[in-house]
Amino acid sequence: MSLLAHLPALQVVLPLISAPLAVLLRHGGFAFVIVTAAAWAAFAAAIGLWLQVGEVGVISYSIGNWPPPWGIEYRVDRLTSFMLILVAGMASIVLPYARASIEREIPRDVHYLFYAMFGLCLTGLLGIIITGDAFNIFVFLEISSLSTYVMIALGRDRRALTAAYQYLIMGSIGATFIVIGIGFLYLMTGTLNLADMALRIREVESSRPVLAALAFLTVGLSLKLALFPLHQWLPNAYTYAPSAVTAFLAATATKVSVYVLIRFYFSVFGESLVFEKLPLPEIMLWLSLFAMFWASFVAIFQTNLKRLFAYSSIGQIGYITLGLSFDSVNGLTASIVHLFNHGISKGATFLLIGGIVAALVGKHGVPPAPTLDRMAGLARHMPLTCFGIVIGGLSLIGVPGTAGFISKWYLLLAAMEKAQWWLVAAILLSSLLAVAYVWRFVEVAYFRQPATEPEPRLKEPLGLLIPAWLLIGATIWFGLDTSLTAGSAFEAAQQLLGRSK
Amino acid sequence: MFGHFSYIVTVFLMVAGLYIVIARGNLIKKLIGLSVFQTSVYMLYIAPGKLVGGTAPILAPNFSIYSNPLPHVLILTAIVVGVATLALGLALAVRIQEAYGSIEEDKILARDNSVELAEDSRL
Repeated sequence: MSLLAHLPALQVVLPLISAPLAVLLRHGGFAFVIVTAAAWAAFAAAIGLWLQVGEVGVISYSIGNWPPPWGIEYRVDRLTSFMLILVAGMASIVLPYARASIEREIPRDVHYLFYAMFGLCLTGLLGIIITGDAFNIFVFLEISSLSTYVMIALGRDRRALTAAYQYLIMGSIGATFIVIGIGFLYLMTGTLNLADMALRIREVESSRPVLAALAFLTVGLSLKLALFPLHQWLPNAYTYAPSAVTAFLAATATKVSVYVLIRFYFSVFGESLVFEKLPLPEIMLWLSLFAMFWASFVAIFQTNLKRLFAYSSIGQIGYITLGLSFDSVNGLTASIVHLFNHGISKGATFLLIGGIVAALVGKHGVPPAPTLDRMAGLARHMPLTCFGIVIGGLSLIGVPGTAGFISKWYLLLAAMEKAQWWLVAAILLSSLLAVAYVWRFVEVAYFRQPATEPEPRLKEPLGLLIPAWLLIGATIWFGLDTSLTAGSAFEAAQQLLGRSK
Repeated sequence: MFGHFSYIVTVFLMVAGLYIVIARGNLIKKLIGLSVFQTSVYMLYIAPGKLVGGTAPILAPNFSIYSNPLPHVLILTAIVVGVATLALGLALAVRIQEAYGSIEEDKILARDNSVELAEDSRL
């Protein structure tokens, strides 16, 4: 019983402890066991919290028994627990995959460091989600970001280094913008506790520092979540990072930044401040539309499969921010549910692509790149992998029966609610672009004749296939049974907008 | 005017640092700019916490004006983060120098492009 009461702290502390333990053990196998055990425990804790929230509503946990707003508070509501499940769940699935995957991609003597970094990244992401303290968000954000830069730099291609460097510069600028925003808020309200801040901000609502804080936070977080046109770091980082890292980042890192944005917009500033004092909805609407069309359009012309789906991610983030700009329960539900649905679909897709990378053999000392040319007739040799990518692709398009359809459906509902028919058309039209880029893979893998004899190693690695198919299964499951995803998202949206049922 | 002195310094450092990051192509210079940019934030937090004549917040009969200690604590954390970021950035710069033989952005870009062209012609 007492253990259950401490779940919010354990959620973050377990992965945090696993990271230094992994370093101390200096052994890839032991480090893997420790970090994976911590990730699974975190996943169990996330499920436990989700159930607790269902019973008692909002959980408030005082770190070190200092009551908020003086001490640091961990605060778990419906949205928090939902995001915790996504992040901890993804880590639990990606880690066993990473065991088999990094064998081929990372030198063996640094395996234990990879697991340590993974543990830290997981700690950071979980911490950002669960904390109710503004400065704490920044600290956890940097923990996750710094470990992410390291993991990207572990990629075999030397361009992974420049990608990591570029991400470090952009990410640090974004994080510094976020601290500046938090600093302004602290100056004006004298508190760092988000709930307390939300109360006190009413008195200084239209003062210029508060509006400046809103602007700094928006820009900083947009950098972190890769909102068009601040997405420059994303394609290279996703393309050259090790496969397991790409999958984990694509499913969680940008999503957690969106979560922070939602948290600040709706829990701290409140919708009246965000949506009435500044032209934010219009800006966000247009940037989202640009992302949806431009990034999806660019994706069609990519030759590297990882880069193709990286651009697709930027487009999909457009759908998430589009949902935010509506300022309605359905719009917010669409955003939150798409965070989850896109996370699992894209995570699964990148895991499967990692399987292809593992099967390809590098030529001339250059590490193998999953270029479309090398995938001619691939479906004959790796049928399950290709079929999985097709299902993931269908979810990105938003075909009924897949998770992606659910989010698009709520997005369309929100657009129709506001009688924005041209937006309905735009959402459907941009989905056609997704059809085009997914079709490029289908055409090459299923219908093109292989130019040369198949490479000898072209068979499906089982250890990589099982975790990926777990997520593909989840993509289909959450496309059919929406009580967990859409139900939680709807409840979270109502909590955030302060509207009763 | 003079009352806002600390803010003016802060904003100058902030903009100067950000400008260096954007305008310079040398990876080390970029990191210097990033450090200046991050340091300006330390000023932003610390300066408003200080009261002229204020002491450390220890209750004592002789003193009635106290400075706010919380910003210092926050910035100690931020300094650690800044150091870690800088260290990682420099480590990456070393690795890039080893892999490319240069830390100038345009040269690195040119070398990557030539590799990509070679890859395309091979296929």
